[in-house]
Amino acid sequence: MRALEVNALGFTWRSLFCHICRLESLGPVVATRMKGRNYVSSSVEDIREERLEIRVSRPPADRVYRAVARSAGAVTLVVMGLIFLFLLLRSWPALRDARWSFLTESKWNPDAHQFGIFALMILTFEIAIVALTIAVPVSIATALYITEYAPRAVRRPLTSLVDLLAAVPSIVFGLWGRAYLEPRMVNLSKWLARHLGFIPIFKVTTNTFAGSTFIAGVVVSLMVIPICTAVIREVFSQAPPGEKEGALALGGTRWGMIRAVVLPFGRGGIIGGSMLGLGRALGETIAVALIISPITDKTIHIIQGGGNSIAALIANRFFESSPFAQRALMAAGLALFVVTLLVNAGASAIVSRSRSGAATEI
Amino acid sequence: MTTITGNWDDGAQVIDLTRSPASMRAHNVSAWFGNHKVLERVSLDISAHQVTALIGPSGCGKSTFLRILNRMHELVPSASLAGTVLLDGEDIYRGPKPVTDIRRQIGMVFQKPNPFPAMSIADNVLSGLRLSGTRLHGRSAHAVVQQSLERAGLWNEVRRRLSEPGGALSGGQQQRLCIARALAVEPRVLLMDEPCSALDPTSTGVIEETMAHIAHDVTIVIVTHNMQQAQRVSQQCAFFLATHDTPGYIVESGPTEQMFSEPEDPRTRDYVHGRFG
Ligand SMILES: Nc1ncnc2c1ncn2[C@@H]1O[C@H](COP(=O)(O)OP(=O)(O)OP(=O)(O)O)[C@@H](O)[C@H]1O
Ligand SMILES: [Mg+2]
Repeated sequence: MRALEVNALGFTWRSLFCHICRLESLGPVVATRMKGRNYVSSSVEDIREERLEIRVSRPPADRVYRAVARSAGAVTLVVMGLIFLFLLLRSWPALRDARWSFLTESKWNPDAHQFGIFALMILTFEIAIVALTIAVPVSIATALYITEYAPRAVRRPLTSLVDLLAAVPSIVFGLWGRAYLEPRMVNLSKWLARHLGFIPIFKVTTNTFAGSTFIAGVVVSLMVIPICTAVIREVFSQAPPGEKEGALALGGTRWGMIRAVVLPFGRGGIIGGSMLGLGRALGETIAVALIISPITDKTIHIIQGGGNSIAALIANRFFESSPFAQRALMAAGLALFVVTLLVNAGASAIVSRSRSGAATEI
Repeated sequence: MTTITGNWDDGAQVIDLTRSPASMRAHNVSAWFGNHKVLERVSLDISAHQVTALIGPSGCGKSTFLRILNRMHELVPSASLAGTVLLDGEDIYRGPKPVTDIRRQIGMVFQKPNPFPAMSIADNVLSGLRLSGTRLHGRSAHAVVQQSLERAGLWNEVRRRLSEPGGALSGGQQQRLCIARALAVEPRVLLMDEPCSALDPTSTGVIEETMAHIAHDVTIVIVTHNMQQAQRVSQQCAFFLATHDTPGYIVESGPTEQMFSEPEDPRTRDYVHGRFG
């Protein structure tokens, strides 16, 4: 479900990007005009030259396809705009009540008219960062294995297997994380706290380890890995074969070739894929809601029990809240929506830029 | 294995003199892509210190043969081969040397220039050494860069812009950068697959000069479709041919002069005089 949303979003941004690219097709026309002007100034007879109007007539099939693609893109944009408007309208009373303190306040107590997104946003990012810290290296390694090391016969099955992971509903990850992973992770958490406790983020001030940001992040990382891997693999697989052969012909090992060619080439894909994963991790709801022991104060002790995310807060609180508190939750949702959108837009821009870079012959 | 000896401080002695040009010998080499046989029992002697040109119509297996000579053929997933390839008498496929070592001794320049576009020019030249685990710094690195670029005939054009990316050069310069990069690891044989096919006559001339210049230090095998070029640069020549249903084979090989003036086979005569097909 979520993966689909992300894809839909990606599609929108990509089609937007395409529209922008299409503007480039004006380039030649502009150039022709410039030339025309030069001729005018240098020609002896002062006759106005007729400038060439370049018109591209598209075959009907092309036009139909364009219309369909455009309207699909437009629908997505309109839907997103409507969602944004809806959230804004619904949360307006709460936002007007809190004003700018909504961005800076750390407490979440709407009924006492003291609430803000600050601590929750930090907690949300903490889970996401834990998830990415695990997911990005794993994704890079998986993508490298699939594109460079795996025998041809297992490439396809492996790719589908990773994609399949994206199709597992998050509630399943949540249940599994809660029932299976958490009891086992607690020991690791204890170990980390004992041996790395001198580092602030691994310090603990309570004695509970269940329901921590750390454990929630680990579960979320499993949901982020397929997205990251798909994007990174796609970009890696476009690394120019000529350069790869060049590196090998110099006597490079496969790893040397990867470091000289594939990784520099795929940097944009790694960043973009990670940011797409970040968008996914920020919005992950049900798995976090199932695992986390909710708190609303900010903390950097990720190992000990207690954490939160905006999405999980909304899911946990919504139906037992007063009407005004519901509006405050809407405002929180709006903040999450905007942040996720920005992250996704940034990711898409980076990914498409790195792809278009790949398309130009280097 | 790449031991670079000498006194770095005066920058004079960079070439390891123990690495002399090597001879190669291919014996009964056949090659397949999947079930498609593209080379049929090709045998060829490649003498050290000389330039050997491989000529023949498109699709007759010249590139395949060249890639077999430095074990690049096996990178194509469906590819297989039979026969023996010797480097100074040592079997490069059955010998104990790792493949990276073989490729370091037998460098390759490709048809399409393929410098690492994001790396600086200097780093491009040093990339072969880095890839084989030799990290040079400071003066020693600079000496290798200068010497390699000089040998490739590129030094004067890029001496002031060594830190610019390799992708910022023109096609001809990129190709010479690739030659410099290949020469920096001190190969004993240099394989060139149509190195000038994408270049203008001037760049081609410069690269041909470069080849004449480096032929003392490294054995060169070049694939070319340009008969004049083959005549200009090579001392030995081999004519490959394939027909619709027979894989490529060598019709005739020998001294270039003889191949062009009095070939034994009528097909060779037709081909070198442009009357083919
Ligand atoms: N990667 C590949 N997979 C399958 N068949 C291939 C592959 N590369 C080359 N071939 C086939 O092998 C034969 C020889 O190709 P090769 O590239 O060696 O020819 P060539 O003599 O270098 O031609 P050209 O002068 O056009 O470069 C051709 O029939 C070609 O179709
Ligand atoms: Mg070829």
